[in-house]
Amino acid sequence: MFRDIYQTFVEFIRTFGALQLFFLNLLLHTPSVFIHRFRLVVLQVYNAGAVSIVIIMVCGLFVGAVLGLQAYSNLSRFNAEDTTGIFTAFALVKELGPVVTALLFAGRAGTSLASEIGLMRATDQLSAMEMMAVNPIRRVVVPRFLGGAISMPLLTAIFSVVGLLGAHLVAVELLNVDVGAFWQQMQDTLELSDVYEGIIKSVVFGVVASLIAVWEGYNAIPTAEGVGRATTRTVVVTAIAVLILDFMITAIVL
Amino acid sequence: MQQTRTVEFGTGLFVLLGIGALFFLVTQTTGGNDFKAADTYTVTARFENVGSLSPRSPVSMSGVTIGRVTKIEFDPVALEAIVTFVIDSRYNQIPDDSDASILTAGLLGSQYVGLQAGGSLTYLEDESEILFTQSAIVLENLIGKYLFNQSSNDDGE
Repeated sequence: MFRDIYQTFVEFIRTFGALQLFFLNLLLHTPSVFIHRFRLVVLQVYNAGAVSIVIIMVCGLFVGAVLGLQAYSNLSRFNAEDTTGIFTAFALVKELGPVVTALLFAGRAGTSLASEIGLMRATDQLSAMEMMAVNPIRRVVVPRFLGGAISMPLLTAIFSVVGLLGAHLVAVELLNVDVGAFWQQMQDTLELSDVYEGIIKSVVFGVVASLIAVWEGYNAIPTAEGVGRATTRTVVVTAIAVLILDFMITAIVL
Repeated sequence: MQQTRTVEFGTGLFVLLGIGALFFLVTQTTGGNDFKAADTYTVTARFENVGSLSPRSPVSMSGVTIGRVTKIEFDPVALEAIVTFVIDSRYNQIPDDSDASILTAGLLGSQYVGLQAGGSLTYLEDESEILFTQSAIVLENLIGKYLFNQSSNDDGE
C-alpha cells in the first residue's frame, strides 16, 4: 500500500514537472506565434472568448442579483442596507468575478479546447502535421492557449460589471435601496488596489485554465475514452487549481 | 470570406466589450471621493487622538472634499499625533485660525478631517499649522463616561 502511495506521489510530481516544461515551451513559442500567426490567435479569442459572452453575462447578472438580495436581506436587519453596494462590489470584483468566470470558462471553453486537441491527437492529425514539418505546438496549441489567456481577464471584467448591474437592479430597482448610497458608498470604500487584485487573479486564472485545457487535450490517450477523460479532467483540475490559487493570491495580496 | 468577417466582428466586439468593462471597473466602482489636484499646499495639525483616521482620508470643509491626509505621525515628546494633509491650492483663503476636528461620516462610517472656518484675515499657507483641533470621539470612551455617570448618579441617590 505504501508502495502505491509512493508511486502516486512520484507520478504526481512528474506530471507537475512535465506541465511546467510544457508551459515553458508554450511561452517560448508565444512571441513568434503572436507575430507570424496573429490571425490564428484572433480566431481562438473568438472561439474561447466571444462565444462565452452570453453565458458569462447571464451568470453574472444572476450572481450579482442574488448577492444583492442576500446582502440586502441580511444588512437590513442592522439598518445597513445602504452598504449593499459595498458588499456586492467587494464580493464580485475581488472573489466571485474571477473565480466563477474561471469555472464557467473551464466548462464552456476549456472542455472544447481539450476535446478538440484530444480528438486531433486521436485521429492522428497532430502526427500528420509533424509529417508535414508543421510544429503542432505552434500551429494548434499556442494559439488556443493564447486565445484563452487573453479572453479570461476580459470575460472577468464583463462578468463583474454585469454582476454589479444585476445587484443594482435588485437592490435599487426592486428593494428601494437609495441609488446614491449604493454607488457612492461603493466608490468611497473600494480602492483601486481591490480592482487590481481582481484583474491579477483573472490573468493568473486565465493562464492556468487555458494551460490545463491544452495540456489535457495534448496528452490525451488517443481513444474515444481517453478524449472523454481528458475533457472531464480539464474541468476537475481547473476547478481545484483555481480555488487553491485563489486562496494563495488572496493571502499574498492581503 | 463571410465566415472570417463574422469571426473578426465577433472578436472585435468581444474585446471592445471587455476593455469597456475593465474601464468601468477601474473608473466607476472606485475613488468616488478621490481627491486629485495639480497644486496643493501642506498643512499640519496636532491631535490628542486621531481615532481610526488613516492616510488618504478626506479633508473637508462645509462637506466638500478639499484635501487629503498624507501622513500621520506620533510626536514622542509632546505625546500627540501629528496629522499632515494637503489642500488644493485653489482653496488658499482659509483663515489660519480655522479649527480642525476629526469627524465620522455617518454613524459607523470612515473618519475624516473637518475644517471649520475661523475669522482671521491671514490665511493658511504651505507648512502652516492649525492650532485649534478637536480629537476624534472614541465610542468606547463615550460609553465609559456614560456608564460612569450612571453609577455615580446611582450612588448619589
